[in-house]
Amino acid sequence: MKKRFMWLTVAAIFIMTNVLMNQALAGDIIKVGVLHSLSGTMAISETTLKDTMLMLIEKQNKKGGLLGKKLEAVVVDPASNWPLFAEKARELIQKKKVSAVFGCWTSVSRKSVLPVFEELNSLLFYPVQYEGEESSKNVFYTGAAPNQQAIPAVNYLMNEIGVKRWVLAGTDYVYPRTTNKILEAYLRSKGVAKKDIMINYTPFGHSDWQSIVADIKKFGSAGKKTAVVSTINGDANVPFYKELGNQGISSENIPVVAFSVGEEELSGIDTKPLVGHLAAWNYFMSVDTDINDEFIENWLSYIKNKKRVTNDPMEAHYIGFNMWVKAVEKAGTTDSDAVQEAIIGITVPNLSGGYAAMMPNHHITKPVLIGEIQDDGQFEVVWQTNGLVAGDAWSDYLPGSKDLISDWRYPFECGNFNVKTGKCSGQK
Amino acid sequence: MNSLYGTRIFTQIIALISGLIFLGGVFTSTVYAKPENSTFTNSLKLLAQINYKKKEAGIDMLAASNDPRSIDVVKALIGGKLYYVKKNKVVVFANKKEAIYEITSVLTGENLGPIKKRKLKKINTNNRIRTKIKLILNRLNLNHPEPQVRLKAANIILEDLNEGNKDILIAKLATETNVEVRKVLVIASDIADLTSSEPEKQLKALGNLSGCLIPVVYKTLTQLIETEKNKSVKNEIRAVLAGIETRRSIFAFFETLFFGLSQGSIFVLAAIGLAITFGVIGVINMAHGELIMIGAYTTFVIQLLMPNSIGLSLFLAVPAAFIVSGCIGIIIERTVIRFLYGRPLETLLATFGISLVLQQAVRTIFSPLNQSVKTPEWMSGSIMINEVFSLTMNRVVILIFLLIVFSGLLLVMKKTSIGLRVRAVSQNRNMARAMGVHAASIDALTFGLGSGIAGVAGVALSQLTNVGPNLGQAYIIDSFMVVVFGGVGNLWGTLIAGLSLGTANKFIEPFAGPVLAKILILVFIIIFIQKRPMGLFPQKGRAAVA
Repeated sequence: MKKRFMWLTVAAIFIMTNVLMNQALAGDIIKVGVLHSLSGTMAISETTLKDTMLMLIEKQNKKGGLLGKKLEAVVVDPASNWPLFAEKARELIQKKKVSAVFGCWTSVSRKSVLPVFEELNSLLFYPVQYEGEESSKNVFYTGAAPNQQAIPAVNYLMNEIGVKRWVLAGTDYVYPRTTNKILEAYLRSKGVAKKDIMINYTPFGHSDWQSIVADIKKFGSAGKKTAVVSTINGDANVPFYKELGNQGISSENIPVVAFSVGEEELSGIDTKPLVGHLAAWNYFMSVDTDINDEFIENWLSYIKNKKRVTNDPMEAHYIGFNMWVKAVEKAGTTDSDAVQEAIIGITVPNLSGGYAAMMPNHHITKPVLIGEIQDDGQFEVVWQTNGLVAGDAWSDYLPGSKDLISDWRYPFECGNFNVKTGKCSGQK
Repeated sequence: MNSLYGTRIFTQIIALISGLIFLGGVFTSTVYAKPENSTFTNSLKLLAQINYKKKEAGIDMLAASNDPRSIDVVKALIGGKLYYVKKNKVVVFANKKEAIYEITSVLTGENLGPIKKRKLKKINTNNRIRTKIKLILNRLNLNHPEPQVRLKAANIILEDLNEGNKDILIAKLATETNVEVRKVLVIASDIADLTSSEPEKQLKALGNLSGCLIPVVYKTLTQLIETEKNKSVKNEIRAVLAGIETRRSIFAFFETLFFGLSQGSIFVLAAIGLAITFGVIGVINMAHGELIMIGAYTTFVIQLLMPNSIGLSLFLAVPAAFIVSGCIGIIIERTVIRFLYGRPLETLLATFGISLVLQQAVRTIFSPLNQSVKTPEWMSGSIMINEVFSLTMNRVVILIFLLIVFSGLLLVMKKTSIGLRVRAVSQNRNMARAMGVHAASIDALTFGLGSGIAGVAGVALSQLTNVGPNLGQAYIIDSFMVVVFGGVGNLWGTLIAGLSLGTANKFIEPFAGPVLAKILILVFIIIFIQKRPMGLFPQKGRAAVA
């Protein structure tokens, strides 16, 4: 009995000091939420982004913080568990009182936290390429929309390589399915016949690619130049490329262009069978600019490991964080509504030597780069768009979404305005 | 747009061919070129450009430069040894010696001494350039003194036969003496005859090509049948095509069978350890997948320790993985499962918890990133049976590996005293104890054996898939499926169940897709279990009933 009482007292004291400390410090700090999985399946990709955020915040603090206050990162672990993402988001916003959240990787996790951010009117910066068809007042999409990755990649294959037959291979979930729907509609609009498009879905972590690769080989032997557009998710890629190599398909016969294979994914595998295959991103570690060299140097010294790499979602966080900092400075406050209004039109440098601007639809402008995989696990840029491409929330190639536009500027403030009916459906 | 593209290709081909003739001449008779060959100098300038179109033009110029050094430049370019100095854009051959590069000027052949990497820029190639260079090299190789090299070159050109290179192969027919190479060249000439305007020639070529499985023949014929006017020729094409298609479908059947057996062999490898623990001690071990993963990580660690002999490290990894996973298995048995015998639900939960612990432990020790396990040379590529049917090497090796592991396990169970005791305990625990078998230590040993086999499976899987903390999860469901279907505790049942499920999966997959195929197999097993709850080969004896 006595013991229990003692524990209670300890707990009470602990909580009280905690609360007091928080109150005492609340005046001098701005809290930034970091919502990335540190355990479970997605830890492989998301841990790096958490470290990136910590580095950016540390750097900003060295520069004197923000609005004269110190930034403090609040890191939580949603453990690759989609419903847990929503709970942790609520915890960050309501309990920890963060000013903005940087996080999520998979589309499911974003869809899971979306209602929380809208309900509590907070801000989420989402750094990963995604399938589009979404625009929220509270979310800033700093990764690529399909027109900033998939469509330019297909154009490259069509015009530069002369591809006539297409395999759209993807993992069976929302991003590949939507992207492939857009790509199919786009290819059909360019006069590609239905029999020249092969669509294939595989489960998460698929490892037995024998018959699918044999099918691709057969499909590619029909006399027309064939390419694979792959939305295959991270893990399943290694056995896929291995099987391609073993069955004698080289990047010269049938090139594969991937949207989910980056430096980080390549660092864990034997890259021999992948050399010459392509990836489309908005940033590569091999981009030769001073600002990128500086970023890489900072990253390597922060993480204290010379072998680590940088990748596209890291650049997205770099851009997103700098945009948020600038918007807060412009608004003079971290209040959600004020920052939302201030951030549209904000322009910050990206790492490939250009600038990224926040568009009224909460997407940003990006260059599109096509890289070939080299034997050291890096990419060599072989093609890039002439200028910047603005992210399009609603695809122009899908029947349901081509009439929709998104513009969050006051007083329009609508994420899905139908230009045909002249109505704003849904969120206002 | 289209015609423009056409003319561009045409001029490129002309340029290439003319360049080749020069290069070919250079290669065979080593004409001495003047040091100030301006085409050569200019082509180097183009190669040092960032723009790939300019690099391509550089290659064309190089081919046309009539310079003996071109061949070395092309070879260095494709081997990634051609660099330029950032400061003055001098193109050099570079040899890496640790962090320092030893460079020699391409133009003068002068040694420019060691230089730091940052001052150099590698001249990169893309797919188009590589294809182009390989074509050039292959065309040169047609005149190589070694017949094997000529054969390879001829085959590669045949694979990519077009208007531009058809004539080269046919012209080579006049001088070629090697029988094997001639065969390839004759096929090329027959394919050329297919589009001839004389029906007799066409029919003769068709007769020669009948039953030929080379993809380019099939491709040409399918295109030809659309355009051919002559009725008798068209009928003949149809007949030849039908013949080829039948042969192709026969080999396609064998291919699917091989795919199925190889997937089945993975199933069996993953499941067989589970069959032992599940069968003998009746424990549902949810951490089985993680023991497989630990086997794969053992392979990774051993490869780290001996980075220069990848093949040997794989052989060493087999016993090492067996020991590591086996020991972890015994520890799990002694510390957790032992206290939960006869309480299947609790065991299930406890082992599931252990699986999470092991996963997170690996994440903390090795990082959540996947680790790179290298494949030895002899396990990549494939054995070609004929043009449409080849067996991938890694799958063949794993299939053989399974048979070795399986027969080894059978030997242990049937011929050793430990095996005898294990079987005794599994058939009737109390009777075995009455006969003086120490059941508790047999339990631990059996669990260790099952876990060890899981580790061995991990070595095989490290060659096929990602080595990461989630490796095990992907295989646990399949393993349970196989064990339940085959009949609990029956090694032969596991083998047959695994192989047949794998094969069935691969035969369903082509028309149902991989997702639906998996669902169909699961549905089948559920129905099957309704009819035969003990699986394919139920355990006999009194224990089975109890």
